[in-house]
Amino acid sequence: MKPLHQFYLVVKRDTFLVACALFLLLVASLAIVGIHYTGYSYNEISDASLLEPSHAHWFGTDVNGRDLLTRTLFGARISLLVAAVGTLVSLTIGVTYGMISGYVGGRVDNIMMRVVEIIYSLPTLVLVIVMVTSLEDHVAGLLKNVGLPGNYSRMVLLFLFLGLTQWLTMARIIRGQVLVLKQQPFVQASLALGQSHARILWQHLLPNLSGIIIVYLTLTIPSIMLDESFLSFLGVGVQAPLASWGTLVSDAVFSINPIKLYWWMLIFPGGLMTLTLLALNFLGDGLRDALDPRVRK
Amino acid sequence: MNTSLSSRRRRSLVLPVSIAGAAFLFIAFFYLFGGWTLSAPADFIICNGDEPQSLDPAIVTGQLEGRICLALFEGLTTRNAKGDIIPGMAESWIISPDGLTYTFTIRPEAKWSNGEKLTAYDFLNSWERTLNPTTASDYSYQLYYLVNGEAYGTGKLKDFSKVGVKAPDEHTLVVTLTHPTAYFLELTSFQTLCPVHLASVKKYGSNWIKPGKMISNGPYVLKEWRLNDYILVEANPNYWRPVPIHRIKILPTNNPTACFNLFYSKKTDLIIDKTSIPPSLVPDLRDKPYFHANPFGATSFIRFNVKRKPFDDVRVRKALALALDKKDIVEKITRAGEPVANNLVPPGSVGYTPPQGLSYNPDEARRLLAEAGYPGGKGFPDVKLLYAGRGSGPQVATEMQALWRRELGITSIELRGQEWKVYLNTQQLIDFDLCISAWVGDYNDPQTFLDMFITDGGNNLTGWGNRQYDEMLKTSESIPDPARRMNILHDMEKILVEDEVPIAPVYFYVGMSLYYPEKLGGFEPNFVDDHRWGEFYIPGKKP
Amino acid sequence: MNAIIIRRLIQAIPVLFIVVSLTFLLVRSAPGSPFSTEKKIPPEIIAELEKQYDLNGTILHQYRQYMGKVAHGDLGPSIRYLNRSVNEIIMQTLPVSMVLGSLAYVLALFFGITLGGLAAIRHNQLGDRFIMLLALLGISVPSFVLAPIMVMLFAIKLHLLPVAGWGSPDQIILPAICLSIPFTAAIARLTRGSLLEVLKLDFIRTARAKGLSENTVLFRHALKVAILPIIGYSGPAAAGILTGSIVIETLFGIPGIGPFFVNSALNRDPFMTSGVVLVFSSFLILFNLLADILYFVVDRRVKME
Repeated sequence: MKPLHQFYLVVKRDTFLVACALFLLLVASLAIVGIHYTGYSYNEISDASLLEPSHAHWFGTDVNGRDLLTRTLFGARISLLVAAVGTLVSLTIGVTYGMISGYVGGRVDNIMMRVVEIIYSLPTLVLVIVMVTSLEDHVAGLLKNVGLPGNYSRMVLLFLFLGLTQWLTMARIIRGQVLVLKQQPFVQASLALGQSHARILWQHLLPNLSGIIIVYLTLTIPSIMLDESFLSFLGVGVQAPLASWGTLVSDAVFSINPIKLYWWMLIFPGGLMTLTLLALNFLGDGLRDALDPRVRK
Repeated sequence: MNTSLSSRRRRSLVLPVSIAGAAFLFIAFFYLFGGWTLSAPADFIICNGDEPQSLDPAIVTGQLEGRICLALFEGLTTRNAKGDIIPGMAESWIISPDGLTYTFTIRPEAKWSNGEKLTAYDFLNSWERTLNPTTASDYSYQLYYLVNGEAYGTGKLKDFSKVGVKAPDEHTLVVTLTHPTAYFLELTSFQTLCPVHLASVKKYGSNWIKPGKMISNGPYVLKEWRLNDYILVEANPNYWRPVPIHRIKILPTNNPTACFNLFYSKKTDLIIDKTSIPPSLVPDLRDKPYFHANPFGATSFIRFNVKRKPFDDVRVRKALALALDKKDIVEKITRAGEPVANNLVPPGSVGYTPPQGLSYNPDEARRLLAEAGYPGGKGFPDVKLLYAGRGSGPQVATEMQALWRRELGITSIELRGQEWKVYLNTQQLIDFDLCISAWVGDYNDPQTFLDMFITDGGNNLTGWGNRQYDEMLKTSESIPDPARRMNILHDMEKILVEDEVPIAPVYFYVGMSLYYPEKLGGFEPNFVDDHRWGEFYIPGKKP
Repeated sequence: MNAIIIRRLIQAIPVLFIVVSLTFLLVRSAPGSPFSTEKKIPPEIIAELEKQYDLNGTILHQYRQYMGKVAHGDLGPSIRYLNRSVNEIIMQTLPVSMVLGSLAYVLALFFGITLGGLAAIRHNQLGDRFIMLLALLGISVPSFVLAPIMVMLFAIKLHLLPVAGWGSPDQIILPAICLSIPFTAAIARLTRGSLLEVLKLDFIRTARAKGLSENTVLFRHALKVAILPIIGYSGPAAAGILTGSIVIETLFGIPGIGPFFVNSALNRDPFMTSGVVLVFSSFLILFNLLADILYFVVDRRVKME
């Protein structure tokens, strides 16, 4: 309750942040609900190949004659989903890791931070590429077993590994905060009262960390979205005919050429993606200025 | 006061001096390590596709490597600009009446680039090297046409003197084949059968293909080679005829957009590889004066895995083939003017009439599918369409999936795009239901397409096999009469694309290149898509 | 400090060992073989190839063979580029990437600090808002979109710079700018934030009270402290520039090491992949260490003052 309230208080003060939050809400609802009212399906081909935006197709059509508005909204769905779940993965790992490291301290802390340092020096994106391509078929099999379509396997792997590459900063920051909070009288008092460590972590530390968690949440989402588009450009994105903003934009890169501009293929998905990233970043910055104790100090 | 003034003056110098120093260091660094070369300007610049894997003619398999190798090396025969076979290192040859023995006479003026005489022994020893299993040449099977060639190539025979190639003297090479091979003189113009300078191979080991070490016998010699940067070749003064263009620079840019931008800004004279042209731009390029397209011997087709349900049923295979609106695919997706393919062998083989094949017929397709037990696509099992996730691969696959849904009501076909290497592996293991494949002919004869599908053939990859088909291939190989042989090949292809349908042809590829006709001569469209650089000339500059 | 440097360097050895092992084993166990081709190769030839490249036997056996070579400084042969060793390829391509990367780095530092400083001076004015909007755009637009647009604009429409290629000084400018933009943006944001904080501190107030000019206060006093987070960021920035070069070098046809990161993994070339990953990790470790040393030195000087 508390973090959401904080969030609300901060955003309320700044009309610009309100606009950002509303914009994100709008994109999300269009992606979830609005997509059903475009009159087309995201994978329905037609003879209307590469049409300019018109009354029938507001965003134009792509090579296969699919409606770009529908595909952009569908891409929003996948991109937001990958980013959200990836962020959740990174958050869970980062917060747990950072809290344990900071709370236990001493030798354990030392080793855990060394591990973070080591992972920092790994070429994570290259490893993600190798991982995604080598595990794809196994995951497809697993998905089939639980009754999901197999072509979501890339997406599941992207959730997992993009999340796995992003938790390091979070872990470091959380650890730093926990180190400070640990010395606070209320924690010492709880310890003296004989409360269990888990309880202290959960009931006393976590609520105090929520502000910083929200801040880094809004900053991790854009970086995962960018990584996802980077992987799509390299051909390791979600499987066709699914689409994400990353795949749509990288499919459209060809349209920047001196012969003929298929501008709508780049401008609409790319513009929406950039605006979303901007809004998330503005929101994250605004929240950080207001909530992050390190900035506030 | 004084000190502060001088210190200010000193400080005012600090910035420019440090900038100049940094710039100097930077330029020095760039000169030393950045590969800033000051090589002589080239007369002609070619975008040749990706960086070549190797320039060893016995090893390379790709078209882009082959082109450079054939500029550096020359076989017994070569090709003119039209793609016809003409004498190369051999000035003439005699074919025995049974079509089994070829006697080549090496031209007396044939020389290596270092001035050494080139002899029949060079061919003999180079072919031994190509066939030798320790060389591990992927294309050594190009020499399996020779008597005992396969046995030596697979290591079953250790004595090379039993292989069907002999050099009675330094000007004569006698080759004996296992069966009459109409296209053998095409093979001898191919890079795999080119001679290499074995003394330098021995001396430098695997480094023999590097500039300064490589000795070659073709129209050009290798001057410089920087990985992913450029390759520079220069006319070989010891080549048996004059070479019109003196110095050619080859850019191994693998990014089509970068290639096209280079061409558009006139930084390169010729884009020779169709993979270097952005596919999405092709329709807009087609009416430009610098766009050149020619049909060439390659086909895109779908492989069915006949060992898996539901493709064990020929009616299902036929239904899917008939429902494929191929015109839609070539006009909407590939868009380079590819002809629709209803059969496998591309048009252009002399004396060959291909069968009709299955053309687009959705009503018949629906009927067959219903007959097979899936009316309106109901109950059709979950299957996956395998494709390579590069170029227009995903778009073609998307289109096919949608076409089958539209025409047949099948909704259970899932796309399975894989990276190139994984795709090849999956295809090789026949671990697919449906697979979008392609085949580029090795030579201009229907056989290069039809012999893939013999039972358990290494490139069959459908699980399909037919006794009668195998027998017919054997018969065709022993018939010296070309017309009768072509008839048998026609009947074979009929089995393949009309009766049994383990594959569904989609379209024939076209070769594409970009150049201004006023800036390049000696480049003519030909069916084998083989353009020898020794034939190139710059109009108005022809010596 | 010396002790820390030595400890970090010693620590690097097991880290690099783990990284290389992980990469090699991952690539070898991934589906697809480096020897797969479109046309079927006789099994005898495949066996011979595997023998020649020491890729026969169990994965563990191959791994042991490879690590033996690595211990002697030999990163093995490249499979995609026959007749070339991984060492040779790295020796030829790494300098190109280093030149490009260092120029991008210098550009990012220069423009990042300048723009960040300007924004801080004009805090909350129009200039600040504008610069920060640009910086956010710089972070939010993927480089594979930015680069083609820059090429269209500066090379094709305005004919100012070459479209692609490598070999003359004018060919480095456009790719270096494209590579540097996200980091310029990030450094500008960092500089601004950190300067704003420093300007609130007491010693700045003292300096201003002494009647020093605003420029002197800013550049002689404030920036010296404000630079610390930027030094801290230099490690990750170096990593980012290396990763970014994958795309930039491909798009501009630059013969650097960048494209190998992805291509070697896609070609299932275990030696090349492990080799470039080794280079990448060594660089990162080195850069993080250098950044820490620099941080230490600057920090001490700041504290002493």
